[in-house]
Amino acid sequence: MISKMRSLGLGWGVSLMSMAAWAEESKYNLPTPQSVVASEIFNLHVLIMWVCVAIFVVVFGVMFYSIWKHRKSVGHKAAHFHENTQIEIIWTVIPFAILIAMAIPASKTILNMRDASNPDMTVKVVAYQWKWEYEYPAEGIKFLSNLSTPRDQIEGTAPKGEHYLLEVDNPLVVPVGKKVRLLLTANDVIHAWSVQAFGIKQDAIPGFIKDAWFKADKPGTYRGQCSELCGKDHGFMPIVVEVKTQEDYDKWMAEQKAKSAAVTMDPNKTYSADELKAHGAKVYAANCAACHQADGKGLPPAFPALAGSKIATGDKAAHINIVMNGKPNTAMAAFGKQLNDVDVAAVITYERNSFGNATGDMVQPADIKALRK
Amino acid sequence: MEATHAIDHDHGHGHPTGLMRWVTTTNHKDIGTLYLWFSFIMLLTGGTLALLIRAELFQPGMQIMRPEFFNSLTTMHGLIMVFGAIMPAFVGFANWQVPMMIGAPDMAFPRMNNWSFWLLPVAASLLVGSFFVPGGASAGGWTMYAPLFLQGGISNDMTIFAVHILGISSIMGAINIVTTILNLRAPGMTLMKMPLFVWTWLITAYLLIAVMPVLAGAVTMLLTDRHFGTSFFNAAGGGDPVMFQHIFWFFGHPEVYIMILPAFGIISQIIPTFARKPLFGYASMVYATSSIAILSFIVWAHHMFTTGLPTAAQLFFMYATMLIAIPTGVKVFNWIATMWKGSMTFETPMLFAIAFVCLFTIGGFSGLVLAITPVDIQLQDTYYVVAHFHYVLVSGALYSIFAGVYFWLPKWTGNMYDEKLGKLHFWMSTIFFNILFFPMHFLGLAGMPRRIPDYALQFADWNMVATIGAFGFGLSQLILLVVVLKCIKGGVKAEGRAWEGADTLEWTHLPSPAPYHTFETPPTVK
Repeated sequence: MISKMRSLGLGWGVSLMSMAAWAEESKYNLPTPQSVVASEIFNLHVLIMWVCVAIFVVVFGVMFYSIWKHRKSVGHKAAHFHENTQIEIIWTVIPFAILIAMAIPASKTILNMRDASNPDMTVKVVAYQWKWEYEYPAEGIKFLSNLSTPRDQIEGTAPKGEHYLLEVDNPLVVPVGKKVRLLLTANDVIHAWSVQAFGIKQDAIPGFIKDAWFKADKPGTYRGQCSELCGKDHGFMPIVVEVKTQEDYDKWMAEQKAKSAAVTMDPNKTYSADELKAHGAKVYAANCAACHQADGKGLPPAFPALAGSKIATGDKAAHINIVMNGKPNTAMAAFGKQLNDVDVAAVITYERNSFGNATGDMVQPADIKALRK
Repeated sequence: MEATHAIDHDHGHGHPTGLMRWVTTTNHKDIGTLYLWFSFIMLLTGGTLALLIRAELFQPGMQIMRPEFFNSLTTMHGLIMVFGAIMPAFVGFANWQVPMMIGAPDMAFPRMNNWSFWLLPVAASLLVGSFFVPGGASAGGWTMYAPLFLQGGISNDMTIFAVHILGISSIMGAINIVTTILNLRAPGMTLMKMPLFVWTWLITAYLLIAVMPVLAGAVTMLLTDRHFGTSFFNAAGGGDPVMFQHIFWFFGHPEVYIMILPAFGIISQIIPTFARKPLFGYASMVYATSSIAILSFIVWAHHMFTTGLPTAAQLFFMYATMLIAIPTGVKVFNWIATMWKGSMTFETPMLFAIAFVCLFTIGGFSGLVLAITPVDIQLQDTYYVVAHFHYVLVSGALYSIFAGVYFWLPKWTGNMYDEKLGKLHFWMSTIFFNILFFPMHFLGLAGMPRRIPDYALQFADWNMVATIGAFGFGLSQLILLVVVLKCIKGGVKAEGRAWEGADTLEWTHLPSPAPYHTFETPPTVK
């Protein structure tokens, strides 16, 4: 009990300090809230915590007093009373009243956090094993967000960086002070999009579109992690949100639009084998290497090797089919939905001509385009 | 068993000895012993898996295993502890104690009783064996959520069959217990005179009969989705992944109480015994237990607050969940009122019982925190939840099992256990338990998700502390093994009424050790 109280006091103290403009995350308490909902939740938690501590101290104060005084070794003789309707009614009614007092603010917060109406902007979030995709439908921008911590840090051959496992290549970027509505779904299994600083945790569920919203109080970088077990790399799909001023956000958005126009490869062009392989290597690293490994050897039997595999060295149509449509009841996703024609063509060409595979054939974007019809 | 010959009515067609005695036994005491040893072996197995988990989490970075294997460990740790360690231990207590406490000669269906037990090693072999099949053991979490569980190899099918077998065993055990309690009570023992342990088991058995078939249905749907082309949970085929969670938790929440109600029963026997004072509110304890059981059917979706339930559902499940605090509070108040103005002594069973009341209540408080939907949104699937359910399942369910073992060992073996070693076991367990699990509250609040094999640097300190606690707690359990073996071998002879304050039939009417057959002529209860 003493350790509990002390640590609670510590937690409270630290959270107060962090309230005093301490950007660093607390080790003892919820992170400093950065949105109205998160603040409400923070206060709710503090309130309930102190109610619990108070009840604990009173109830177990009585118990330890009794243990101290009413022991046989100090010669205490047992009384023989039992049953007392009055006391029993009291200790039923008082907790009931306390619960009602807790339920009222909690209900208010629920109603607030569930009200995703009238957003200033909408971002669609699609979860994949094991990455996030953010789409800004109004702007026509879409990108994947992958863990950017290098492998050697995870395996302990390089010193770990400050944001170890909590850093991504392309963070979600939103403007400060705007109500951002998220529409969440998943492509394969259930994931959960969670950023405590905004008071959000929402499962991303295949076949459903769920919503959540937040309005960030101030610019900064906020981090979270996938919070529903989603397979092998569940621990390696972080969430990073960059909150920018409206001005910076607009600049960022303009850059994105320019970049996506420049990067987009022409799906109607016929590419050379080297061009396809070079692009395919990038697509492979971002989408396939988590399971099939960078060297194509996989992690059999759950994640089969591509090096020398029947599919990657056999019939081209079967290879295209599995990449486009996935394999049911395995982690092999239907990449036809995630990747464009150039990406699919390139990655298949790459797989058929790497890791010792040497089919010598190639797939052109036009082949994929034809299949989609 | 020589001493018991006088009342051994086998009439010459004696029972087998050696191994066959245990394989063919229909004696409730033998079967109780089997259940308890099975449970202990599973406790050590599941505990070993937990230590591997904690070893990997000692420091950030992947040190000793791959992420898939880590997921197998968390999955199997959960399944083995819930279905292999905790539940069978309580059935073991029921087998030993229910007939003796109600003055019955044996369980109502002795042959079925044998079969209920011997299904368990089969299921356990499937679970443990799945570590050695291609692809490794199930890695989708003990909750087996679809669609993740639809991925993966043959080990998932082995897990499904193991769950089926465990379910059959539990249902048969439960039917046996209900029938025994309702039909075989000694003359004069009305329902409201039954010891509280018997009451809690009666209610638990009904819960088991109600929800184990639901779990069987859920895993059968997983099986047909995996192999027979159905799409119950497959969104691409028109199925609903969230439906799995509804069905699973409709089983899962009552399951939580299946693991804690018998614990309440054991604690309610022990505290009055060592306070030398009757239980403060017997009737209100019975009603509180029943209320908890009934409420357990209408709170399941509090495990699913982050799935995006309708707002009305979130409110309803929050209110219903908060209500559970009331009967649970009534129980805690009753135990404390029982201790009040008693004449307490603090033998090992009482120490574990007091720690139970205290630490279980911490788990109850964190449960209340989690009941508050908005707070749960922040803490769902973090280490806070891990801390919460270990406070109720380890310092709750498991502590009551320890308390019960120390309490009844004299009756079972005829010898007093080594009190010094018992107390050592208690203090080591309790200190390391808190070092292990208390910091997890902080980890969860700070945002560390559960079921991850590697973590960000800000979580490093508390993970290291927790791992130290884990190894201390795990190794402390070997003391229990020593105590039990020593007690079986010998020790100070126990009297029939080994504890001064004990007043149930097994203490007042039977010698220690309890003879192989007891109450062939029922006692009369005033």
